[in-house]
Amino acid sequence: MDYVAPKTAMEASEALVQDGAFALAGGTDLLVKLKTKFISPNIVVDIKQVPKITSIEESMDGWWIGAATPCAEIVEHESLCQDWPGVVEALSLIGSTQIQGRATLGGNLCNASPAADSVPALIAANGTCVISGQTGEREEPIENIVISPGATVLAKGEFILGFKLPKPPSGSGDAYLRLIPRSEMDIAVVGVGTSVSVDKNKKITSIRISLGAIAPTQVILDGLEDIFIGKEPDEDSINKLVSLAESACRPIKDKRGTIEYRTKIAGVLAKRTLNIAYERATNH
Amino acid sequence: MSKTHVSTQINGDSYEFLCNTQQTLLDILRHELDLTGSKEGCSTGDCGACSVMMEDRLVCACLVLGVEANGKEIETIEGLSSGSSLDPLQQKFIDLAALQCGICTPGVLVAAKALLAKNKNPSEEEVRFWLAGNLCRCTGYDKIVRAVLEIAAEARNT
Ligand SMILES: Cc1cc2nc3c(=O)[nH]c(=O)nc-3n(C[C@H](O)[C@H](O)[C@H](O)COP(=O)(O)OP(=O)(O)OC[C@H]3O[C@@H](n4cnc5c(N)ncnc54)[C@H](O)[C@@H]3O)c2cc1C
Ligand code: FES
Ligand code: FES
Repeated sequence: MDYVAPKTAMEASEALVQDGAFALAGGTDLLVKLKTKFISPNIVVDIKQVPKITSIEESMDGWWIGAATPCAEIVEHESLCQDWPGVVEALSLIGSTQIQGRATLGGNLCNASPAADSVPALIAANGTCVISGQTGEREEPIENIVISPGATVLAKGEFILGFKLPKPPSGSGDAYLRLIPRSEMDIAVVGVGTSVSVDKNKKITSIRISLGAIAPTQVILDGLEDIFIGKEPDEDSINKLVSLAESACRPIKDKRGTIEYRTKIAGVLAKRTLNIAYERATNH
Repeated sequence: MSKTHVSTQINGDSYEFLCNTQQTLLDILRHELDLTGSKEGCSTGDCGACSVMMEDRLVCACLVLGVEANGKEIETIEGLSSGSSLDPLQQKFIDLAALQCGICTPGVLVAAKALLAKNKNPSEEEVRFWLAGNLCRCTGYDKIVRAVLEIAAEARNT
């Protein structure tokens, strides 16, 4: 196994084009797979020295979060936490303190687990990612990246340089909740990210909800506009949300939960994240 | 297989070593540099026995490649005491019997030091969450948590 740590995006892409090449960010998935011989790379391409890949920047257009920024560093960024509390909550749940010191958003997305905690929150936030490859950069919505467990749309030589989140308009809020069987260090049974905006009269103007761990890839709920736009959430609309979330579920059954349990929890977490996000939006 | 030359700072001292790319930082510390204080429990990031500081961040040395340490500053449990005098946290662990077999202890101490550097007044809940990635099969955690809280309180009062 070779190891390179390229200093430019182009060199990184050239290294990643080779057969058996794997990008290395925080290594918290990759090294486990190496150890358990799940993968045997010919070359590991440490992307952390590529410019912009470990930076966090705020501009008029919104936020840039470098794909290889460790979660522990993102969590310390106060104004990002204010703008996107749900996204930060989600990524702060990835592993222990030790894992937080290394784990990244690029790795969480590209590992392509249905249970990846940051992904539903990033999708709900309408995030996009900038993909760097041999022919330059392109931008894609986050929900377009994972195609099935363990597989992404990234072509040979491509890697994620960073994530873009919009600057939330005033009256916006987001939230992420997951259910795990213990209180720390476990894999989500269900995870739900929700983001809403409201007008001066507390009526919802936009809403986006994404669910994780209930299907092979993250799911975006369709049909929310008809239920919520122009209204405050009430019992009727919340009940409709719960049914919508439950009917979006195509989960697996494993030791963490039966299909019925996961389906039920999806509805519960959709309701709770909406309540939190709405509360935040009306105070924002 | 060709080896990569790595130079790094560990506990303030310069170290140079040759490393094959499969070796983790934990392999290097334990098997090449004879710094055997960091322990190997799981080698998959779950137990925290291998906790070290890299560039001032708490990490699992079993999930870092040795080659990634090039140019980095590392702190391990060996750097905690000065000569034969123990760090107050180490002494507190002994006084409160916060260790039994001791396998988890180096990792717990490194992790607890990292918490106290960041947060001088952690609550019990904060200590428990911070140390959730450090597994202990012996103590039941309570004495560990108490030792950390007591040291924090003593440091604030002096
Ligand atoms: C003990 C433990 C607990 C964990 N708990 C959780 C948890 O609670 N929730 C959760 O979601 N995950 C959890 N994880 C999984 C893991 O920590 C996360 O998925 C993490 O975000 C991966 O990021 P990384 O930078 O370490 O990825 P790496 O291991 O570096 O990479 C993961 C994969 O993505 C690829 N990759 C990395 N970066 C890029 C990029 N920029 N562009 C293209 N491809 C890239 C790599 O080639 C590799 O295939 C846990 C892992 C461990 C060991
Ligand atoms: S040996 Fe590194 S976490 Fe267990
Ligand atoms: S003292 Fe034995 S594992 Fe903690």
